[in-house]
Amino acid sequence: MSDTDKQVLLEVKGLTMDFGGLRAVDSIDLSVSEGEIAALIGPNGAGKTTFFNCVTGIYTPTAGDILLHPKGKPTRRVNGSKPNKVTTLGMARTFQNIRLFPDMTVLENVMIGRHCRTRTGLTGAILRGAAARKEEQEIVEFSYCLLEKVGLDEFANEYSKNLPYGAQRRLEIARAMATEPFLLLLDEPAAGMNPQETTDLDALICRIRDEEQIAILLIEHDMKLVMNISDKIHVMEYGKKIATGTPNEIKDNPKVIEAYLGEEAEA
Amino acid sequence: MKNLKQSLAVSLWFIFLTFPLMVVKVNTSDKIVQWRWMNILWVGLAIFLLSFVWRHALARKEARQMAAQSGQDDLNKPTRIQAMLEDQKLRTRAMFALLIVALAFPWVFDTYQSTIMISALIYVVLGLGLNITVGLAGLLDLGYVAFFAVGAYSYALLNHHFGLGFWTVLPVGGILSCLFGVILGFPILRLRGDYLAIVTLGFGMIIKVVLENWSDFSFGPSGIANIDKPSLFGLKMDIAASTTYIYYIMIALVILTVIVTGRLKNSRIGRAWIALREDEIACVAMGIDMARTKLSAYALGAFWAGMVGVMFAAKTTFINPASFTFMESAIILSIVVLGGMGSILGVILGAMILILMPEYLRAFSEYRMIIFGAAMVLMMIFRPQGIISNVRQKYQFKGLKEKTENV
Repeated sequence: MSDTDKQVLLEVKGLTMDFGGLRAVDSIDLSVSEGEIAALIGPNGAGKTTFFNCVTGIYTPTAGDILLHPKGKPTRRVNGSKPNKVTTLGMARTFQNIRLFPDMTVLENVMIGRHCRTRTGLTGAILRGAAARKEEQEIVEFSYCLLEKVGLDEFANEYSKNLPYGAQRRLEIARAMATEPFLLLLDEPAAGMNPQETTDLDALICRIRDEEQIAILLIEHDMKLVMNISDKIHVMEYGKKIATGTPNEIKDNPKVIEAYLGEEAEA
Repeated sequence: MKNLKQSLAVSLWFIFLTFPLMVVKVNTSDKIVQWRWMNILWVGLAIFLLSFVWRHALARKEARQMAAQSGQDDLNKPTRIQAMLEDQKLRTRAMFALLIVALAFPWVFDTYQSTIMISALIYVVLGLGLNITVGLAGLLDLGYVAFFAVGAYSYALLNHHFGLGFWTVLPVGGILSCLFGVILGFPILRLRGDYLAIVTLGFGMIIKVVLENWSDFSFGPSGIANIDKPSLFGLKMDIAASTTYIYYIMIALVILTVIVTGRLKNSRIGRAWIALREDEIACVAMGIDMARTKLSAYALGAFWAGMVGVMFAAKTTFINPASFTFMESAIILSIVVLGGMGSILGVILGAMILILMPEYLRAFSEYRMIIFGAAMVLMMIFRPQGIISNVRQKYQFKGLKEKTENV
C-alpha cells in the first residue's frame, strides 16, 4: 500500500509542547492517511498522551502546526481550537483512563456522541415538536446501531458504570464513533484487557477501518496488537520521534530496541 | 448479639458521663443534694435504643453493599417506589388523584393552610429550578436565592415605579433572572467544584448587600411595601379569595415547571447537562460546547427562580433584603440534595417535607434546627442519593425485544 495515492487526513508538523521548563513533546512530525491504522508507541512518559491531548485541543501546543484535511472540505489548522470544535471537525478520541459517563445508561453515553451532529435547541426540547421527536428517534436508532456494531446492544439500558472493563473500553469507542469522525484516536484501547478481549478488539479496530472508512491512530503498549494491525508505526522517546515505518521495519530498528531494552553493553 | 453488647456498653458509658448532670442536683436553698435515680434509667434506655438502631441500620447498609459487590444484589435495581413509577397506568391514576387533591385543597382547608401551601409550592419551583443547575448539570450553586431576589425586586420596582401588573412582569422577572444567570455564568465558566461554589456564594452576598445599601434603587433594608397582588380581569378580591387565586396560579406554575424540566431532562440538552456533570473533559471531547451548556444550565435554573420571585413579591405584598439570605439558598440546596439530585418527584417531596414540617411542628419550634440537622446527617449516611434517586430513561427496541424473546 503506497502512501502517495491516499489522502492525508491529519498532518502534524513540528509539534512542541512545553510544561514550564519541561519539553514533553519535541518537534514531532506525523501524518495519518485515509484508510490507515497508525500506531504511536514508546516507553512510559515518552509524551504520547500529551501528543494526543495537543492534537485534540485539550492542550494548546507551544509550537507547530496541526492540520486537518477532511475529505471534500478545506484544510483546517486546529492549534488551540477547543476540543469540541476538533471533534465537530471529525476527529474523535478515547481516553487512557476510561472516561465514560457512569450514571448514564450505555445507550445515553453513545447518544451524547450524537450531540454535535444534531441541533434540537431549548424550544424544541420544551415543545417537543415533530422535528424534535424525529431527531430524537434518529439519535436513538443511530446509537443503537453503533452498540450492535461493538456488541453492546444487550446492555443498552444498563448503567455504564456496571459494565465489565473490556465492555467499557468498547463503549468508549462506540461513543467516539457516534460523532461520525473520519479519524479516531485511541489512547491505549487494550489496557487492562485479557488476551481474548484484546483479540476481539483487534478485529473491532480493523472492522471500523474497513466498514466505516475511519482512519485510526492509536497509542498502545500491547506489541502483539500493534504489530498485528498497524500499517505504520511511529516511535517516541523523551518527547522526540525516533523512528517511523512498517511493523517489520520497526521490529529491527536498533534505535527502537535501544529505547525499549536499554543500550547494549559493549562486550 | 454483638450489637446488643456494644449498645449496652455505650449506654453504660453515657450513664457514667451524664451522671453529674442528670442525677445529682444540688438544691442550694434547702442545702441538700437531690439524687434523681430515675433519670439513669431514662438515659440508659434512650441511649441503648439509639445505639442499637444505629448499629443495626449501619450493619444492614454494609451487608447490602457487600452483596452488591459480590454481584448478588444490584444496588441500582429500582426501589419499590421507582418500580411503581414505571407503571404507566398507575402513574396516570396517581397524577390524576394528586391533581384533584391539589385543586380541592383551598376549599377543604382554611386560608392559613393555603398560605402555608403556597410557600411550600414556591419552594417546589425553586427546588426544581436549582435542580437543573445542581442536580442535572452538577454546578454547585450556593447563591441561588440571588435569582429569587432579582425576580422579586423586578416585580416590586416595576410595580412601584411604573405600575406594571403581575402578569406583565411574570415573564419579565424570569427573563431578567435569566440574564443575571448568564452574567454570573460567564466569569465562572472555567471554575469547578469548590471554587465555583465560593463564587456563587459571593454572588448571592453581593446581590443582598446591593439591595441593602443602594437605597435610591431598592429602598434599602426598609424594603418595598404595598405591592399589588395578582389581578384577575380587574376584579376586587378579599384576602381569602386572593389567596385561593394565588394558590391556583402557583399550582399552574408548578405543573408548568414539572413539564418543562421533565422534558428538558430527557432531551439533547438535558443529556449534555448530565454529561457535563459526569465528566467535563470527556463531555467536551465528545463535541459538546461547554460554555453554551453551562450558561444554559445557569440561565434556565435562574429563570424559574425569577418567575417564582415575582410570585413571592405578589403574595407577600412586601419584600425586603432580609428574605434573601444565605439561609434560603442553603434550604433550597437541601431540598435538592435531600429529595434526590436530578429527580423531579424527589425534589417535590423534599420541598414539601422541608417546608411543611417546620410549619406543622411549631410546637417543637425550639428544636427545629436540631431535628433538621439530625435528619440531614442521617439522610446523608443512610441514603446519600436522596429520597427518590434519579432514574435514567429506558428505551425500547424492536431488535432487542426479539432477541430476548428468542433466548
